[in-house]
Amino acid sequence: MARITGGVTTSHVPAVGHAVDAGKTQEPYWKRMFDGYDFSKQWINDNLPDVVVLVYNDHASYFGMEIMPTFAMGIADKYGICDEGYGPRPIPDVEGAPELSTYLAASLILQDFDMTILNVLDVDHGLTVPMSLMFGTPDKWPVKVIPLPVNVVMNPQPSGERCLSLGKAIRKAIQAYPEDLKVQVWGTGGMSHQIQGARAGLINEPWDKKFMDDLVNDPENLQYKPHLEYMIEAGSEGVELIMWLIMRGAMGDKVDEVYRFYHVPASNTAVGHMIMTPKE
Amino acid sequence: MKPDFEQFKDIPGTTIFTIELAREGFWLNQFCMSLRTEENRKRFHADERNYLDEWKMTEPQKQAVLDRDFQKMLDLGGNVYFLSKIFAAEGKSYVQAVSTMTDMNVEQYQQMMIDGGRNIEGWRSKKERGEA
Repeated sequence: MARITGGVTTSHVPAVGHAVDAGKTQEPYWKRMFDGYDFSKQWINDNLPDVVVLVYNDHASYFGMEIMPTFAMGIADKYGICDEGYGPRPIPDVEGAPELSTYLAASLILQDFDMTILNVLDVDHGLTVPMSLMFGTPDKWPVKVIPLPVNVVMNPQPSGERCLSLGKAIRKAIQAYPEDLKVQVWGTGGMSHQIQGARAGLINEPWDKKFMDDLVNDPENLQYKPHLEYMIEAGSEGVELIMWLIMRGAMGDKVDEVYRFYHVPASNTAVGHMIMTPKE
Repeated sequence: MKPDFEQFKDIPGTTIFTIELAREGFWLNQFCMSLRTEENRKRFHADERNYLDEWKMTEPQKQAVLDRDFQKMLDLGGNVYFLSKIFAAEGKSYVQAVSTMTDMNVEQYQQMMIDGGRNIEGWRSKKERGEA
């Protein structure tokens, strides 16, 4: 049977992708941030999953406003890299997990999550920056990926309750899949940041750290945090953190926190990163 | 359940991209999406006015793009992820573009971020700030 073997959360700041692609990770501005992922690269190498369900948001890179799915799932063989206005990142395409993703999308719909099905998808920094942070710069990514884009761009976004429940539904589906596969679920985005308006540059470290604590220990209450609080306390773009709840829901009731890292700044953003495993 | 978009209006210096605003900004954002190809970026940069006239944008939206007035673009229904295509196509970073919406220059803004970012104290509510 397939198993959920771990969860990862990480910010997905586009400038981090530039720093990787331009070979700037050892420059003073970036070094401390990238050093924070050294442990994670080793950990994932030692605990390599077959498939990652990667929860992220598209940033007007593939989806415009013509179609704005709240929850979507890629079920393709392969995903190309978006041109986000400066040409695509020079990284490998992302290999899909067509059988598992097709099964998973179907199961989620039957569990009342009305996923939009993506047979064609290019992925942006929301998905590729976490890959670069965890895997560095390989010629080929070492895992298959199931992209799960969430609308966190246009309000209303899905509620925290809905996100946590989606994670639980993913867990249920994966655990019923007959093939012996190791699956991780990643939740990306955040932490506090605001990239618009006179309040731009907002960082709220105490709030971020409490969010990390609650994500580990108290997700059942954390799910009810209203979006207005994310916007006020973590900035207008901090609402991306609801995607971490999807990861958490997929871990089951109790988790072991394996690793935590927090750093300010990457560009306009507080970088938060966690690794956790389901408690057996 | 009745959507409550009013609740976002007390957050200072912040424009929440609601489904309502998204409708108002549809063509502005569509124009931004067109800059995802090198061919269109070249055409836009060669004659911005002409290129903008190909889109069903309002005149104030077009003027805001020509002026690179990002706050104005937000007010008129643009969203920063869409607008990023405009500054990315000019080789500018988020920090460079975003700082123009604040009362700081880019060096001051960058320094603020390195020093830990903007402190939230005083930035929670327009009412508290006496702005509303």
